[in-house]
Amino acid sequence: MLKANDALLSARDVTLNLNGRLILDHVNLDVRRGEIVTVIGPNGAGKSTLVRVMLGLRPLTSGRIERQANLNVGYVPQQFPQTANVPMNVKRLLSLTLKPSDKDIDRALDEVGIAHLKEARVASLSGGELQRALLARALLRKPDLLVLDEPVQAVDFFGEMKLYELISGIRKSHGCGILMVSHDLHMVMAESDHVVCLNGHVCCEGGPEKVQQDPEFAKLFGPSAARMIAAYAHHHDHDHEPHEHHHHHDHKH
Amino acid sequence: MTSILTEPFFQRALLAGIAVALVSGPVGCFIVWRRMAYFGESLAHSGLLGVGLGLLFSFNVTLGAVVTAVVLALLLLALRRQQGLATDTLLGILSHTALALGLIVVGLATGAASDHMDILFGDVLTVSTYDVWAVWIGAGVVLASLALMWRDLIATSVHEELARAEGVKVERVELGFILLIAVMTAIAMKIVGLLLITALMVIPAAAARRMATTPESMAFIAAAIAGLSVISGLLASAFIGGASGPCVVLAASCFFALTLAVPQAS
Repeated sequence: MLKANDALLSARDVTLNLNGRLILDHVNLDVRRGEIVTVIGPNGAGKSTLVRVMLGLRPLTSGRIERQANLNVGYVPQQFPQTANVPMNVKRLLSLTLKPSDKDIDRALDEVGIAHLKEARVASLSGGELQRALLARALLRKPDLLVLDEPVQAVDFFGEMKLYELISGIRKSHGCGILMVSHDLHMVMAESDHVVCLNGHVCCEGGPEKVQQDPEFAKLFGPSAARMIAAYAHHHDHDHEPHEHHHHHDHKH
Repeated sequence: MTSILTEPFFQRALLAGIAVALVSGPVGCFIVWRRMAYFGESLAHSGLLGVGLGLLFSFNVTLGAVVTAVVLALLLLALRRQQGLATDTLLGILSHTALALGLIVVGLATGAASDHMDILFGDVLTVSTYDVWAVWIGAGVVLASLALMWRDLIATSVHEELARAEGVKVERVELGFILLIAVMTAIAMKIVGLLLITALMVIPAAAARRMATTPESMAFIAAAIAGLSVISGLLASAFIGGASGPCVVLAASCFFALTLAVPQAS
C-alpha cells in the first residue's frame, strides 16, 4: 500500500448512522492523482452518500475525511433536474459559480464534444448532452479531482461507451484523480484502476480482475453478473480466460 | 373611469401596488424555480397572527406580520433539520396553527363583528401615505438584497448540492431568501391581502416562464406582468367596488391565460 498522505481525498473509518440505520460502516477509501477509483454496489448501498460525505456535503457520525490542501474538485451530481426550471443556456450553466472566459467555455465544451451546444437551452438537452455539459462545467474548475456520481445514467448504451471513453481520456489529459460511482458494472471494470465494492461496508476492493473474482463480489451481484463482467474484461485481459467464458467472448465481438 | 384616477386614495393604492409588483415578479420567479409556492403561502397566512397581535397590543401591524412570518420560517428550518416529518406536513401544521390563532386574535382585537377582511383580501381604501412610503422602502430593500444575493440564489435554485459543493453558502442564501418572502408578505398585505399574496408572486412568474430565455429576462417579464395585473386589477376593483386582492389576482390569471397563446421560448 502507498502511504496515505499522497492521496487527494481519503475516507478514514467513515461511519454514518441515520435514525439507527447504519448507512456507512467504517469505510476507507483513497483517491490518488491520475487514478480512477470506482465505487460499485447495489441500490441503497450508500454509494452516493459516501460521495457526499467525502465532499463535505453531509455530516458523518464518526471517522474523518482527509482532503489535500487547496484541492480543486469538479463535481457532477447524480440527480440533475432534466427539465431545469430556471431558463438558461449551456453557456450560462457553465458560469453559475465561476466567471470563465468565453475561450475557456469553448475549450471545455469542445473537450466533451458539445461545442455546438453552447447557446442551446439546458432544458432541450438529451441525457447524454446534459452529462457532457456538466462534465465540461466540472472541467472548468481545473480539477485535481473529478467526482462523478452515476455519470452514465439516462444515457443509452452507445452513449455510455462514449462517455466512459471520454472520462478515461480526461484522466489522461488532465492527470486528475477520478472518483466515480456506478451501478453499471460492465465498462467500469475496463476503465477503473481500483474498484470498491460497497454495501454499507466495503465488501471487497482492488483491481478490476481481483474484485470480479472475489467471492464477496459474486455474493453481492450474483454469479451471472460476475461472469458477464469477466466476459467483458476479456479483451483487456487475454491472459487468464476461464474456458467456460469463451462463448460469451465470441458472442460479443 | 378617469375620475377614479384623480382620487388621492386610488393614486396611493396604485403607487403602492406598483412597488409590490416590482418585487413580487422577481421573488415569484425564485418561488417557481425552487417549487416553494406552498411555503410562500404558509408564510403569508401566518402573517395574520402578527397582524392580530399588533392590533391587540397596538403596535404596527406590518411589523407584526413580518415578525411572525420570520419566526415561522425559522421554526420551520429548525424542525426540518430534525427530519421527522415531511416539510409540507410541517408547513401545514405550523401555518394553519398560526392562521387559526391569527383569526382568533384578530377577532379578540376587533370585536365579534370583525371588519378586518381587508387584511385577508386587500383594500385599497386603507392605503395611507405612510403605507406608500413603507411599501416603497420595503420594496427597495428587497430588490437591493435580491440583487446582492442574485448569483448565489440562482446557483442554489438550479442545483442546491452542486452549489454547496462549489462553495456557495447555501444556508445563508436560504435564510436570506426566506426573510425576503416575509418582508414581501408584509408590503403586499394591503394591496392583495394575506390570502392571495402567493398568487401575485407565482402567476406572473409562471406566465413569464414561457417567454423568458434567461433568469433575468424571466424576472423582468414577471415584474411587468405583475405590474399590469396590479394596475388593471385595481381599476377593476374600483369600478365594481370589490376587494382589490381578488381583482388583481384575476387580472394576473387573465395575463397568464394570454401567454398560453404565445409559443414557448424553450
